[in-house]
Parts: sequence; structure tokens; C-alpha cells
Amino acid sequence: MMIGRRALLLGATATLAGCDRLAQNARFREALFSAENFHKWAQRGLMARDALAREYRPDQISPFFRANGTANPNTPDYKAWWRGGFADWRLRVDGKVTQNLSLSLSQLRTLPHREQITRHDCVEGWSAIGKWRGVPLKTLLDAAGLQPGVRYIVLHCADTMGNGQPYYESIDLVDAFHPQTILAFALNDRPLSVANGAPLRLRVERQLGYKQAKYLTRIEAVESLSAIGRGKGGYWEDHAGYDWYAGI
Amino acid sequence: MDSVSHSSRTVRRHRLSTRLWHWLNALLLYILFTSGLGIFNAHPRLYWGQYGANFDPAWLVLDRFSGWITLPSHYNLAMSRHWHLAAAPLFAFALLGYMIWSLANRHVQRDLAFTRSDITPRHIWQDIKDHVRLRFPTGEAALRYGMLQKVSYIGVIFVALPVLILTGLTMSPGMNAAMPWMLDLFGGRQAARSIHFIMAFAMLAFFLVHILMVLLSGPFNQLRGIVTGRYRLPKDRP
Repeated sequence: MMIGRRALLLGATATLAGCDRLAQNARFREALFSAENFHKWAQRGLMARDALAREYRPDQISPFFRANGTANPNTPDYKAWWRGGFADWRLRVDGKVTQNLSLSLSQLRTLPHREQITRHDCVEGWSAIGKWRGVPLKTLLDAAGLQPGVRYIVLHCADTMGNGQPYYESIDLVDAFHPQTILAFALNDRPLSVANGAPLRLRVERQLGYKQAKYLTRIEAVESLSAIGRGKGGYWEDHAGYDWYAGI
Repeated sequence: MDSVSHSSRTVRRHRLSTRLWHWLNALLLYILFTSGLGIFNAHPRLYWGQYGANFDPAWLVLDRFSGWITLPSHYNLAMSRHWHLAAAPLFAFALLGYMIWSLANRHVQRDLAFTRSDITPRHIWQDIKDHVRLRFPTGEAALRYGMLQKVSYIGVIFVALPVLILTGLTMSPGMNAAMPWMLDLFGGRQAARSIHFIMAFAMLAFFLVHILMVLLSGPFNQLRGIVTGRYRLPKDRP
């Protein structure tokens, strides 16, 4: 039985090593990574364009909403905004729009809100339920006016990651105009904490946590993602090989 | 008593669809299990209900699985996900295809469905005793599945594997929007994640017993049966 176990162990290790080698082959990687396209196509086909993510009851809210990723951007700009209660912070809306916008936090707060109790699913596997309040992204995009040919909305963030690269994310117009896609400034009836993305973060409820960009500074309408970062549509997509479509 | 030459004749046992599906499963379940452990390693805690993170009570907290059993063999969540999410649809559609095919060609009704005599207490008890004593059927009887075999195969094909696939889909926020009823069926995303994990290890247990039974009942003959379809009937015991 000892020989059996050792053989099994050796066999497993050899097979896994084979898989790892296979995954270094460029064409095999391409095939493996293309599963993302299948999942996006299948999910978009199965769901109505405006199908809503589950909304929960107040008694289902997580007692503590776990924060992840950057805990505090700690850049000189961000520290200055934070000291001033984010009064000097602005959200820019630009790129391929007919009208550039620059909005303060108090201006955003005066716009019509949406409130939603939704579940945040981290790519790591955990989930937390929280109550978000914010401005539908659609409101800002309608005000700015998208030029013809725009396909993606890029969300630029104030935080830089360990390698000095700024965090950013992007979504397509299906998610950008979805009724639950909001720019949230409050979590569980309190202004966003620094760890959860103060003063403003994205909620795109049909996708995983890394799409929910925190510390927003700029929203850019683009025709293509190729000129942003390394061209894959987000920090983790660029640097760790995460899928751009994070619906699964 | 049958003559020796008669009881050791070779027959066609497994049809092509069963053999193809078997080996595709061997490959895909291996990829799915090992990459699944790689994904689990990103947060090796399990919860019941809708939510669950580090500050919530977990029913199971493990160390990370070590590299000899995860895909890739070093921690890389993105790659584990690529393997898992590429293999999963192939596996799911292959299962669906096999289910339909095996119902259409009456493999399920003929070979896997329980007969009236299968479910008599005496017969069930006899089957359990035979398994425990490792007395495998011989001659023509070796071509028919025993009660325990039928329960395992029906349980795997029509219960465990579909539950694995559906709980996997229930973890997807996109699928939650498309099919919200799945969240209610399994009692929440974190419950679905727990059930997915439990079912994966139930499949591992099935695999180990399956391998053990093959080893004990003539591994060469069994292997030939599932590769070429040809199977030599075991001789009657003296």
C-alpha cells in the first residue's frame, strides 16, 4: 500500500507538472483563457440585459463588511483630500464624451440616489452583504453624453498598487447602464470608510469584487481598452491574468 | 456447471459513448478537482448561508492544500480559475450529453435502473455481504450491476455531478442575476460553496472506492473493458 501511495503521489505530481508546462505554451494559454468569452456569451445570453442581482433584507446584512485590496491609498493627494473631508476631491468624467464633467462629493450627493442591499463576492471566495447608496452611473453618462463608437467605461482610481501602478477597472456599456450600477458614497448608512473606498466607489453587482473599483477619481469613456494600462482592462487583468469579464 | 471455455468467454461490455465519457471525465475531473483546491486555497474557510468572510463563523477552516494536489502546483488563483472555468463547461455539457444519450439508447433503463428483485431486503443484504467479502459476481452475472453499484452510478450521474455543477454556477454573480432561484435552492452563495466542496470530496471518495474495486476485481480485464470495450467473463468459483 505504501508503494501504491507513493506511485499515486508521484503520478499526481508528474501530471500536475505536465499541466503546468502545458499552461506555459502560448497557444494552449490562449485556448484556456478563451473560456472567459464563452462564459460572458453564455451569461449574457441567459440573463435579461437589466436582470437584477439579488437584493437582500436589512437583517441579512453582514455584521462586518470586510474590506480588501488597498486599505488606504496614502498618496499625498489622497491624504490632502482626506484631511479636508474630501471637499477638494473631484470626480472627472471625460474621454469620448460630448461634455466633460467635474463633480464634487456634495454635488454627487444632491443627484437622485439608488439604495441597494447586495452581496459582494470576492474572487477569493468570501462574500459580504452591505447596503450601498449612490448615484446611478447612467445619470452621469447621460449628462456627459457618450460619443458614437464608445464601447467601454474606464474607472480610474486614486490608489497605486505594490508595483507603483495605479488601480483601474473597466466595464462595457451593458453593465455601465445597468440600473444597479452605481457610484456609491455610503455603506450601511455611513459615508464610505477609507478601507471601503472613500469617497466614492463603483458597484457593478453582477460581477466579482475586483471590478468594484474604489477611490474613484475619473471616469473615462473609450472605444478600446488597448491604450489603457497594459490593455487588458484592469489592474488585476494586466498584472495577474484575471478575467476581464468577472461574472463567474 | 458451465464449462470453463464458456464461462471465460470475452464479451462486448462498455459501449463507445460510455468509454469516451469515462476517459474524458477522468481527465476533466482531475483538472477540476486539483484546480478547485487551488481556488479554495485563496480562502480556505467555509460557511453556511448567504454571506461569509473572515469575521463570520465558519464551519470548516483548513490550511492551504499543498502543491502536489493543486493545479497549478504553486499558488496562482488566476491560473486555477482559468483551468477550472475552461474545464467546467466541457464537463457539464459532456454530462448532459451522456445523460440524454444513455436515456435514449436505454442504457440507464436497462443496466442502471433498479429491478423489482433488486430492491428486496434479502437481495440488498446479500449484495452488501458479497461486497464486504469481496465476492464479485462471476460468469454472466458479472455483466449485471449489483444494487450498490447501481446506487453509486445513479447517485453520481443524476445527483452528485448535477449538484456539483449547479452549486458551481450558484457561486457566479452573473448566474445569480440570470437564475436567482438557484440561490434559494441551495440556501445562499456560501452554502452553495460549502456543498460544492463537500460534493467534490464525495466524488473523491467515489473515485477511491472505484479504483479499489477495479484493483480487486481483476484490473487488467477491467481496464481492457473500459478502453477497448471487450471484457472477459470471470470464471465461476469452484
